[in-house]
Amino acid sequence: MAADFSWIRPAPHGIHVVPADAWIDPSRAVERALVTHGHADHARGGHGATIATSETLAIMQLRYATSAGAQPVAYGETIRLAGGVTATFIPAGHVLGSAQILLEHAGERVVITGDYKRRHDPTCPPFVVTPCDIFITEATFGLPLFRHPPIADELAKIEARLGSEPERCVLVGAYALGKAQRVIAELRAAGHHAPIYLHGAMERMCRLYEDWGVSLGDLRLVTDATKDELRGHIVVCPPAALNDRWSRRLPDPVTAMASGWMRVRQRARQRNVELPLIISDHADWDELTTTVLEVNPAETWITHGREEALLRWHQLNQRRARALALVGYEDEDD
Amino acid sequence: MEQFAALLDALVYTTSRNAKLRLLADYLRDTPDPDRGWALAALTDGLNFPAVKASTVRALMQERVDPVLWTLSRDFVGDTAETASLLWPEPSGIDVTPPAPSMAEAVELLGQMTRTTAPRELARLLDRLDASGRYALIKLATGGMRAGVSARLAKTAFAQAFAVPVELVEEYWHALAPPYGPLFAWAADGANPPDTQAMPLFRPFMLAHPLDDTVVDLGHFAAEWKWDGIRVQLAHVGGETRAYSRSGDDISATFPEMIAALQVPCVIDGELLVRGSHQGGETGGAASFNALQQRLGRKVVSKAMLADYPAFVRLYDVLMLGGVDLRELPWSARRAKLEGLMARLPASHFDLSQVLEADTFDDLATIRAGARDEAIEGLMLKRRDSPYIAGRRVGLWYKWKRDPLLVDCVLMYAQRGSGKRSSFYSDYTFGCWNGDPDQGGDLLPVGKAYSGFTDEELKLIDRHVRQHTVNRFGPVRETDRSLVFEVAFDSVHESKRHKSGLAMRFPRIHRVRWDKPAHEADRIETLRALVRD
Repeated sequence: MAADFSWIRPAPHGIHVVPADAWIDPSRAVERALVTHGHADHARGGHGATIATSETLAIMQLRYATSAGAQPVAYGETIRLAGGVTATFIPAGHVLGSAQILLEHAGERVVITGDYKRRHDPTCPPFVVTPCDIFITEATFGLPLFRHPPIADELAKIEARLGSEPERCVLVGAYALGKAQRVIAELRAAGHHAPIYLHGAMERMCRLYEDWGVSLGDLRLVTDATKDELRGHIVVCPPAALNDRWSRRLPDPVTAMASGWMRVRQRARQRNVELPLIISDHADWDELTTTVLEVNPAETWITHGREEALLRWHQLNQRRARALALVGYEDEDD
Repeated sequence: MEQFAALLDALVYTTSRNAKLRLLADYLRDTPDPDRGWALAALTDGLNFPAVKASTVRALMQERVDPVLWTLSRDFVGDTAETASLLWPEPSGIDVTPPAPSMAEAVELLGQMTRTTAPRELARLLDRLDASGRYALIKLATGGMRAGVSARLAKTAFAQAFAVPVELVEEYWHALAPPYGPLFAWAADGANPPDTQAMPLFRPFMLAHPLDDTVVDLGHFAAEWKWDGIRVQLAHVGGETRAYSRSGDDISATFPEMIAALQVPCVIDGELLVRGSHQGGETGGAASFNALQQRLGRKVVSKAMLADYPAFVRLYDVLMLGGVDLRELPWSARRAKLEGLMARLPASHFDLSQVLEADTFDDLATIRAGARDEAIEGLMLKRRDSPYIAGRRVGLWYKWKRDPLLVDCVLMYAQRGSGKRSSFYSDYTFGCWNGDPDQGGDLLPVGKAYSGFTDEELKLIDRHVRQHTVNRFGPVRETDRSLVFEVAFDSVHESKRHKSGLAMRFPRIHRVRWDKPAHEADRIETLRALVRD
């Protein structure tokens, strides 16, 4: 079965589409790259040509300050590559612009999910189940203990804290691309209209989201605010800034972290997190396994994450699967 | 159970002691009896359910989760209770979930379980709880809360919650069993306290303040050596003998020879030491603290241990005698009673801490300066008319420790602190030179300290660490070994645990020597010469 798919080859630094000489999410510079989404571990600069959604290209331009060789694709649009291969970009529901890539060649269909989730996200269109022969999936949260609770429950913990300790602020550590904007958009949707304060590193990405039609409400910079103005408010910063000297300017912050890893107590303690928020832009265990059942591929390939457990699940359910040893994809902050 | 689970979660995620105290105090005030009493017992390891073990939980999970998936998950999480709480399948096909059990119901059901019924009954309880609740229940059943709450912290929180003296909480606590109904009735509703006179209970210790720059009149104060062992209270009441440590832990099992030796009805306070050649003293010598350490923390004591490190108690005070509470008497009167009591105690296991004769304060300073023995930590000064009062009361007892030993060490590694210090590199590992630094000698770590500096100094050291980092290992940074600390410590001992073969007691940063070049810091030999084992 897999031998029929010799036109697609996993290599340590990405997935090679042989007849088209194109790479999916390569971790080093190549002639032609197809990029699923803008996170740094998937979208690197310096390729000859970069094929991605317009949103992803905009994010890459913001990060790498160059748009050389950018070839935008719309969701649902099919483009023709060399060697009789076509590629279709399909929503993955991970972050703004994120896409699964459907590759077709000689009647064979391969779907590469990139990173994805199945939950509602006001900042991007939802994941679309796409039937295929080979389903190449991520497995960041590929252990049965990972079950992300509804985001509303987690955000309610922030509101409760602001209510019970109004003299402090809640400092939310969130990935600067995607997580931060989703958390802010969900807070707005839940009726939180007060200003939300940003770490400087968040500003440009939030602007970009707004330019693409995701409205985030009243955003202000921490640098422009006094300590007293921050009391009782939400501050959003990149995870690395949570325990950094930067946070000393805040009024006794309640350290929160929005991440799927917060499901495990020691993970939260290691980061000195006082208010863990289990919020992830990746599929949890139930989403991963349900998606495989719905897509119902002949074979699953697992790119990165805790692939052992997901392999075991395939074995228990009499499904074919293999783990690809791809390097460089790991999302400790998600 | 849900409130307790929420408390447990909040405690786990809180590093600050004051915040923990607030959380506990709020819970104790707001939660009804007997749930709050059971919670207090659970947090201080005061409960035991022999029918439920970690293996019971593992067996339950084997029936519900594929063993490979269980092992992968357990390895990732690192805690059986937590893994089980996360992997437990939510009950399906039930229209109405039975309500979560109260703390009291959970404790009652756990207590009724036998080896045979435990798997079924525990599963039923777990079905009634969410993930946090399941975690709390499994921890409650199998012990080891890992919430960072010591018995002392729990008692302090109790005292704060009801605005009662912590010394009384401590005294009554030991007289009662969980769920401590009379303790809450006394503290919350003003009921009469439990009668503690007739029980071999722990009575909170009287403690001393540092003397610092105070000068006392020796007409009003008596002086004694401050012995370097562990403070101990022995109680023989109602025909039973118990030994308690300073924190009120029952250490009777660790020192069986002391339990056997005390047969006179009394409660006495002294320093537990082991025999050795060090302190010649009065009726027999004491070894250094290092020798005593061999005896600490053991639940079972071998004959060899008893023979090699025989314990005895050097007595300071008497709290009760023949059923009479002496704590209200002045120190001088209690001292007379204690001296009278000595004749009735076996000299093999008890001696008296001598009162030092000095005419003037200066004479006393000379005596203190001459104390070079390892079994002496310094001097105690006790007001002759002071009653025995639990805790630290200003002006009654002073401790006047020996001047610390000092060495110059070089900063090698720094680690971020926790709580308020979580953004600062505030825990330092430092070393001394092994060989001549100019001839290729290297630094060997000799100790670790996280106190002794001011907030201002902390900021400067933090900046130094960030600017002089050469390597990172998780939360630890290795520095370029350019900063010298003058480190103060009480004593130094041989130790196999450290590469340098030395371990300091109570090391702290005495001064930051910004001016001193690293190669001028002390050598290992200098430190080794201070060992007096």
